[in-house]
Amino acid sequence: MSIEIQDVHKSFGNLEVVKGVTMTVEKGEVVSVIGGSGSGKSTLLMCINGLEPINSGRILVDGTDVHARGTDLNKLRRKIGIVFQQWNAFPHLTVLENVMLAPRKVLGKSKAEAEAIAVQKLSHVGLGEKLKVYPSKLSGGQQQRMAIARALAMSPDYMLFDEVTSALDPQLVGEVLDTMRLLSSEGMTMIVVTHEIAFAREVSDRVAFFHKGRIHEIGPPAQVIGAPQQPETVAFLKSVL
Amino acid sequence: MHYTFQWRVAFNALPDMLWGALVTLEVAVLSMVLGVFFAVVLALGSSSQYRAFRGAAATWVELARNTPALFQIYMAYFGLGSIGIQLDSFPALLAGITFNNAGYLAETFRGGLRAVPPTQMRAARSLGMGPVQAFRLIVLPQMFRVVFYPMTNQMVWAILMTSLGVIVGLNNDLTGVTQDLNVKSFRTFEFFAVAAVIYYLIAKLVTLSARLMAYRLFRY
Repeated sequence: MSIEIQDVHKSFGNLEVVKGVTMTVEKGEVVSVIGGSGSGKSTLLMCINGLEPINSGRILVDGTDVHARGTDLNKLRRKIGIVFQQWNAFPHLTVLENVMLAPRKVLGKSKAEAEAIAVQKLSHVGLGEKLKVYPSKLSGGQQQRMAIARALAMSPDYMLFDEVTSALDPQLVGEVLDTMRLLSSEGMTMIVVTHEIAFAREVSDRVAFFHKGRIHEIGPPAQVIGAPQQPETVAFLKSVL
Repeated sequence: MHYTFQWRVAFNALPDMLWGALVTLEVAVLSMVLGVFFAVVLALGSSSQYRAFRGAAATWVELARNTPALFQIYMAYFGLGSIGIQLDSFPALLAGITFNNAGYLAETFRGGLRAVPPTQMRAARSLGMGPVQAFRLIVLPQMFRVVFYPMTNQMVWAILMTSLGVIVGLNNDLTGVTQDLNVKSFRTFEFFAVAAVIYYLIAKLVTLSARLMAYRLFRY
């Protein structure tokens, strides 16, 4: 049970943003991906669940080749939850309906079942009191936690986080990080693209430093953040810390 | 300047006029239903990968929006007639207004579609929904809210456009009935004033019920 990324290249037109990335994330692991803007880390995340096609290489999720012709992406995505920088709440649905929708329509659960799951997940992220509210009435941090609950409601094996705190007001970042801490403590497998270096250091089993579409350094946080070997890593950490 | 208003004549004719109003509504409603159908086809056509479809859709939209509705109805009646396709007054009027509605609504739908951010589709797909399912459950409801009021406007516009049916010989809609009464009695002011009030009330009724519906539908 793992996500295996093998020599993946990805271009937008003439611009190559991922230039041969190889890494494996084992079940139960938390891997943080850090690096400057435009280093290709978010793009790689989109490639993992097939939201973006790749140009070459392979990505295997539990042995299934994500970008192979015959792969049922809709089915594969059920076990890979993703949370975006712009939380992407569905504005026309209440908080409860946002979280119930996919379990009902994708997994075919009954209304009662889906509601029970949704209530449980929403309580878990601290939104048990906001079930009947529309997303527009929530703060950014609450919407982001709702988005996490929405992904969790599908009982995914993996969770991908794409700079989920970058668009939040500073005072709202903490509540979202707390939710992610909770998940990691429960053993959820997570790939976390983030600019929160302190958070990455605290929760990750491994940290990968991305630079210009390549992994320059990967290893335990004490090594990559605590005692970086590469000059690019040193320079990056100096600029953000 | 001696003109004695005789409202009684007009009021006596009210039942006939109201029957006419029913025909007016019939044309308007049908032209909207058909118009929405063709507008969806046009909106899809304008983003088609085939140039012929894009061209045809663009031509329809351009002509519908930039030529007088009167000419469009004329073309459906006399224009098609001269190339051998003879339509009666009612279908000709219906065709003309449908043509006009579809042109305007196609642009409304295209705009509505653009108003829903592509990230919504992406979020829905990331939860394992297929493209059609994601469109139906996530994009369409949000788009519907954006196009709802423009659609209401077009409905009102369609009702008022039906009055042009009189120039292609329609004589049983509200304007047709009124015109008949007018030529028989020359009580022009009275009859058309009453007809105008009826048009006004129908239009008002449409916008008010739309507002009520919007209140019920769009809670967010």
